[in-house]
Amino acid sequence: MNGKKIIELRGIKKSFDGDVVLDGISLDIYEDEFITLLGPSGCGKTTTLRIIGGFETPDEGEVYFDGKKINDTPPYKRHINTVFQKYALFPHLNVYENIAFGLRVTHTPEDEISRRVKEMLEMVNLRGFERRRVATLSGGQQQRVAIARALINNPRVLLLDEPLGALDLKLRKDMQNELKNMQKRTGITFIYVTHDQEEALSMSDTVVVMNEGSIMQVGTPIDIYNEPSNAYVADFIGESNIIDGVMLEDKRVKFAGHTFDCVDSGFDKNEPVDVVVRPEDVDVVDADKGMLTGKVTSVTFKGVHYEVIVDIDGFKWMIQTTDYVAPDAVIGAYIEPDAIHIMKKSEYSDMFGDYSSFSDELEQLSEVDAEVDE
Amino acid sequence: MKRSFMQRAAAAPHIVWSVLFIIAPLIFVVYYSFTDLDGAFTTENIERLFTSNYVLIFVNSLCLALISTVICLVIAYPLAFIFSRMREKWQRVMVLLIMIPLWMNFLITTYSWMTILEDTGIINSMFKAVGLDPVHMINTPAAVVVGMVFCYLPYMILPIYTVMSGIDPKLLEAAADLGCSGWHVMTRVVMPMSLSGVVSGITMVFVPSISTFYISQKLGGGTFQLIGDTIESYFVGTAINYHFGAALSLVLMILILLSMAVMNHYSDAEDEGGRRIK
Repeated sequence: MNGKKIIELRGIKKSFDGDVVLDGISLDIYEDEFITLLGPSGCGKTTTLRIIGGFETPDEGEVYFDGKKINDTPPYKRHINTVFQKYALFPHLNVYENIAFGLRVTHTPEDEISRRVKEMLEMVNLRGFERRRVATLSGGQQQRVAIARALINNPRVLLLDEPLGALDLKLRKDMQNELKNMQKRTGITFIYVTHDQEEALSMSDTVVVMNEGSIMQVGTPIDIYNEPSNAYVADFIGESNIIDGVMLEDKRVKFAGHTFDCVDSGFDKNEPVDVVVRPEDVDVVDADKGMLTGKVTSVTFKGVHYEVIVDIDGFKWMIQTTDYVAPDAVIGAYIEPDAIHIMKKSEYSDMFGDYSSFSDELEQLSEVDAEVDE
Repeated sequence: MKRSFMQRAAAAPHIVWSVLFIIAPLIFVVYYSFTDLDGAFTTENIERLFTSNYVLIFVNSLCLALISTVICLVIAYPLAFIFSRMREKWQRVMVLLIMIPLWMNFLITTYSWMTILEDTGIINSMFKAVGLDPVHMINTPAAVVVGMVFCYLPYMILPIYTVMSGIDPKLLEAAADLGCSGWHVMTRVVMPMSLSGVVSGITMVFVPSISTFYISQKLGGGTFQLIGDTIESYFVGTAINYHFGAALSLVLMILILLSMAVMNHYSDAEDEGGRRIK
């Protein structure tokens, strides 16, 4: 982003009852940016958002807004509005009054309130809902009221805390598009918190991957996906095969018993590295034509593609292919040089990237856990 | 839906109870109010109420009840709010502390207040010890108000606390987020949302306050009469007159019903949603 910085976080630390939630994070957020804080539950993303919103004060570090330190500025004095998780609409007020709330606090004239509420209702497609009680609305409608209630105040920054978490899949997709469009139209900086990596990739200008109170990587969705900075990010964003390798020289890497051409350079000679290969980047070929050969251990039909687990020298690879392969078949794998991404070894090496214990069911279970925890 | 015999049978004890102990006594009250000693119909009892100093007694009772209700509300409201925002463990402790006075018989509580407020009581002894002049406190309307507030305060705190503890803390954050300072969070979110608790609190304090006789006798020392004392004096003691006592009770009952109706009307209007906040 080449815009103007609107929010700067500098060395933010925060603990709750001795548990370190944020361990010295620094982050720049620019005007007109859609930035997403992405990470599993407990990674500190919501706390970061609450510090920006003014609902928590950092133990250490500074928060700047437009270059001015705002550590001790209460929420009501910040040009920031929030769309809360589960919306937090006022149950004693109807849709109109919920949306008008912020304007009434500032004693805006009645005719202006009425005009702007109408505009907002138009924008979130809730015309005619003015007199409805919020309890009678569906989740998606409540969501829209929450967005309208925040945006009507023309904030400089809008914070969204897992706003789509409670919606079903179809509605969530629609709302993702709508939110993205709203952000473009209004030019307001959106800071979005989610644990859903697909949501993060499809909506954001910038993705911030967080884990255990630290920032792992900041970058565009494409950078994050194609150039993950360590095994943690590679594993968290999409599916990846992460293999131990050795960088023989610039653009030459050896892993799985084979030497590959690649596009990365700048490593020491014979430096041990983590190699990331995305499942969709492995081409299935005849066994005799492959750079690597292995035996298919499972095949799952996923609609667009088959998800194939292949045992190559004892390491289970995930390969996504549109051509059917039979279980127990011996196949070859072909990998293009630009499909190979080399990462420095980190504390997360060897923790991820092997599909030997992989099952869809486990994955879903852990996702449910993440939602419950939050 | 047609109710089965068993369902009706199950409701029977309740119906019998209601008829025996609620409806029948009410009919007696009305009957006695409109009859004289010989059992003939008369409106004399009611008329007598409006021609003598009983109006003054009613006004006095009303004033003291209102004052103690207001004081209870002023003390209870912020307390209930603070309790409702504490950690759950502390909330339970606080509720327990509020309840403890209720476990004691209120006669004992009232006697305790006598020993505290007396001319030679605890407070005045302390004043004397530090060289201050004693203050006459017992047998004044103020002492009665103190007694009422002490006895009935839990009934104000508990319903307000119950409603407030149900307010999602996220709503307070949302209000702050939308530009409300602490005070505006209270007036625009907490107060409208806790109104139903306030209404039940007021009802639960006002009704016993206006009809109390024991507190006013002990702490007021008979220097002035409240409606409760007056009613009592016509049922026990030397000047027994069930008919006039019943008439007093009836008017008091109507007064209470009216004030509850006003309160409920007010809270219903707030409940409809879509209310404009000013």
